Amino acid sequence: MKKFATLLGVALLAGSALGAAQAYAADELTITSWGGAYQEAQRKSQFEPYIALGNKITEAEYTGEIAKIRAMVEAKAVTWDVVSVDSQTVLAGCAEGIFETIDWNKLGLDRANFLGSDVTDCGLPTDLYSTVVAFDTTKTKEPADLFEALYDTAKYPGKRALQKNPYMNLEWALMADGVAPGDVYKVLGTEEGVDRAFKKLDTIKKDVVWWDTGAQGPQLLADGQVVFASSWNGRFYKAIMADSKPFKIIWDRQAPDTEFWAITKGTPKLEEAYRFVSFAGQPKQQAEQANNIPYGPSNKDSMALVKPEILPHLPTAPANLNTVFYADQQFWADKGDELRERFNAWLAQ
Amino acid sequence: MAQALPNDGVMRAADGTPLKVALARAGRAERLKAVALVLPLFAFIIFSFVVPIFIMLYNSVYDPDVAENMPRTVLALKTWDGKDLPPEEVFAAFVADMKTAQQNKQTALIGKRLNYEMSGIRSKVVATGRKIGSIEAAPYRDQVIAIDKVWGQPETWATIKRSSSDYTPFYILSMLDLRQTPDGSIEAVPADRAIYRSILARTLGISLLVTLLTLVLGYPVAYLLATSPQRTASILMIFVLLPFWTSLLVRTTAWMVLMTDGGVFAGLLHFTGITWFLNLTGVLNGEPQLFKTRFATVVAMTHIQLPFTLLPIYSVMKTISPTYMRAAKSLGGTPFYSFLRVYMPQTLPGVAAGCLLTFILCLGYYITPAIVGGPTDQMISGFIERAINSENNWGKASALGVILLTATLILYYVYNKLVGIDRMKLG
Repeated sequence: MKKFATLLGVALLAGSALGAAQAYAADELTITSWGGAYQEAQRKSQFEPYIALGNKITEAEYTGEIAKIRAMVEAKAVTWDVVSVDSQTVLAGCAEGIFETIDWNKLGLDRANFLGSDVTDCGLPTDLYSTVVAFDTTKTKEPADLFEALYDTAKYPGKRALQKNPYMNLEWALMADGVAPGDVYKVLGTEEGVDRAFKKLDTIKKDVVWWDTGAQGPQLLADGQVVFASSWNGRFYKAIMADSKPFKIIWDRQAPDTEFWAITKGTPKLEEAYRFVSFAGQPKQQAEQANNIPYGPSNKDSMALVKPEILPHLPTAPANLNTVFYADQQFWADKGDELRERFNAWLAQ
Repeated sequence: MAQALPNDGVMRAADGTPLKVALARAGRAERLKAVALVLPLFAFIIFSFVVPIFIMLYNSVYDPDVAENMPRTVLALKTWDGKDLPPEEVFAAFVADMKTAQQNKQTALIGKRLNYEMSGIRSKVVATGRKIGSIEAAPYRDQVIAIDKVWGQPETWATIKRSSSDYTPFYILSMLDLRQTPDGSIEAVPADRAIYRSILARTLGISLLVTLLTLVLGYPVAYLLATSPQRTASILMIFVLLPFWTSLLVRTTAWMVLMTDGGVFAGLLHFTGITWFLNLTGVLNGEPQLFKTRFATVVAMTHIQLPFTLLPIYSVMKTISPTYMRAAKSLGGTPFYSFLRVYMPQTLPGVAAGCLLTFILCLGYYITPAIVGGPTDQMISGFIERAINSENNWGKASALGVILLTATLILYYVYNKLVGIDRMKLG
């Protein structure tokens, strides 16, 4: 028995959040991703070639809210057929049954050939991106490390732009507070550890501008509203390369993560969804995406097709890996909801 | 042939029916026509307003997740006294329920619901669901506790028992920063988690401030409009109405551009030397930060709400005859005294209407604080939006709605007592 109100709400939500596009898209496959430079790269490498083959798709954007997907599945009103999701979302969603288990035979792809395919049964790995912080070299002197950039407000007065999400903000706070990278999740797993992270974040709370979409970080930096901004490495790359911004990425404590194509459970267009995901997983498509945005392709056959000038910008380039921090995605899949709620309460105080 | 009418003293219509009946018949037809005219609006209000409000009220206490997904555990817990660990049957029922839930992938739903009351249990329920398949035979109790020691705590089971009813006061309580302890009494939540009372106070405070500002700014303008010659008034009116006709989103975004750090507003302050002066007096350190502040929120909202307060006052002022003021003056009143004692009281119905309109509209503001305000300037509607869009928590969203509705009704009641709604005039 499902709540009538949920149905009603989802109908309203779908109407308002997705806009008029949804109205005539009922018979087209709807693909939802993160907007901005990333979706542009996906469009060039996957959507447009796929449309050129005679298929029809509709694009939608979101900012990673698993709750929206949950609501659709619970109300049995799935309007996002294929969704670009990060590891913690696909892990949480797979456990809850809101994503289809991927049948690799049906995709016609070799699972062993994909980096990160062992993470989950519910997604096709697409690329490896990283959460990083960057600054404007013409306005700010290069900091010694990430923690100086984020927490030394005496040396670097001004605002910092951070994602309105506890992910990585809590980890960075704990490490800045002296927790060894290897112990971060042990500490964060306790109530006191969470308190400690928020206490550290308290010290810069008034210096932070919180962003929702990935494009906002580089934008705030470009506008001179902030001295440091976090975002995903490809977003800064886009600003540096395409918009000639004098930005520099601080690779210290960068947090790489795998991105996936996942199929929403209960989609009426399951066959088409599989067709698209299979197409998007081809070596050529993944390599073409990497040529547009420097996220390492997951298909091992793609690397040979990636332009050499892209390679040093990948999160996995040896020079960028010195102090890499591998976030525990299972931890976030399990505890994400709780920590996000706590984070939102903290923000509102 | 005219039928012979009984001579019984009853007044009759031309066709012989008693006048009373004929009148009633004609009246009924008229009434039906009137009802038919009103019916579309009536149906519209029922479906778009009354029904959603009742669904909202219902959702704020309706909570079937645990009862639906753990039916056997809930049944077995009925006889549990709540003191020690529940008996073996409860654990057996729990294992059976969890196995079903794991198959249907409902463990996250159970975990999500329990986590509202027991922070941190969500991940444990989901993890237990993953491991529950390994338990095959009795005794269940120790095996379940071996999976996670949270199942060895009586409070956990008390929480399940408390969540097992289809109805719960939980959402309403937590939106008032209250919670039920495992033994059933009500207490305040810890200070670092308590946010909703302050959000409600903030919502009311910002609305009140904006209402007062629009009144202070709007009243003289309304007077000017009402007393200027027709031609001047028409031109002035355009300045009031033009922004009124512009989309709220456009105006809010315009304020974003104006208020941005280093934007037009900051430049103006700098150019006029106000920034320099404020720095000199120590009020400010460096350039002013306007964007994403309470100041920006209040300024933008005041700008948007100004016509709503001004126009009712203006229409009431238009109806006030200038002869009253002339009479007051001719009787020896100074201009100020005459205004205060003769003119102003007559404008009060308009003031009352304009202020109430602005205040109630302000309570529901969501997009303006979201764009120009910071995290601590978000009003209650913003949290309702987040509960629905980012948390998928309909109980919470409904409870916040109920609290906003209740607060509004209480304020309306107080307002009615103080001002009198029947005295209010929109023109």
